[in-house]
Amino acid sequence: MLHTVNKSPFQNSALDSCLRFCQPGDVLLLLEDGVYGAAPGTAKSSLVEGALTKKIKVYALGADLNARALKETIKGVEITDYAGFVDLVEANKIHSWL
Amino acid sequence: MSEEKKKIMFTVRKPPHGTIYVYEGLEVKLIMAAYDADISVVFMDDGVYALKAGQDTKALGIKGFEATYGVLVDYEIQNVYVDRTSMEERGLTEEDLLVIGEDEDTEEPVRPKMVESSEIAAMMAEQHNILSF
Repeated sequence: MLHTVNKSPFQNSALDSCLRFCQPGDVLLLLEDGVYGAAPGTAKSSLVEGALTKKIKVYALGADLNARALKETIKGVEITDYAGFVDLVEANKIHSWL
Repeated sequence: MSEEKKKIMFTVRKPPHGTIYVYEGLEVKLIMAAYDADISVVFMDDGVYALKAGQDTKALGIKGFEATYGVLVDYEIQNVYVDRTSMEERGLTEEDLLVIGEDEDTEEPVRPKMVESSEIAAMMAEQHNILSF
């Protein structure tokens, strides 16, 4: 199961809710403003850190990280590109946490 | 050639009248009901507010959808769920929810079923498609 989150965790509860419904083995892709959730040392970093501990695979879209000058990501978050995004969509059922 | 019935889930996470999401989502559900698919609908986060009984939208100049939700069962959409955590966070109980139809046999009113987040997660994993509104 692939979950996509495109909103900042500081803006609304999409990431928080998404993680409540994620199961171990699920995949989370952060994109657009969602990539702020992958930043280390913020008041919301514990969300993604917790997901990684729960054995949820976390990706962030590199283009969106770069566009926002997010040079560092939480340890364990994998950076992907648009082709990787397509691969994830192909390999999983998807739910967008709009 | 027999094909497996498609399992399609709708998730509703937006409150009812601030955006058009809930209205559009309902339209799509009714359209999809015309196809031979196994449909379920899950209300979570602010989406649970869409099911609160007694919505009066007259002064907003919009039709509202309580009447339409009231006949979901007639469209053979019986599998309607609400997330317990989202309900509790908002101080809502099952009695606050609108009726989605009546039981074919007993004629008792049917209300959405309150379920745990973990049950919803398990249901999500079984779907062919999930459409979010």
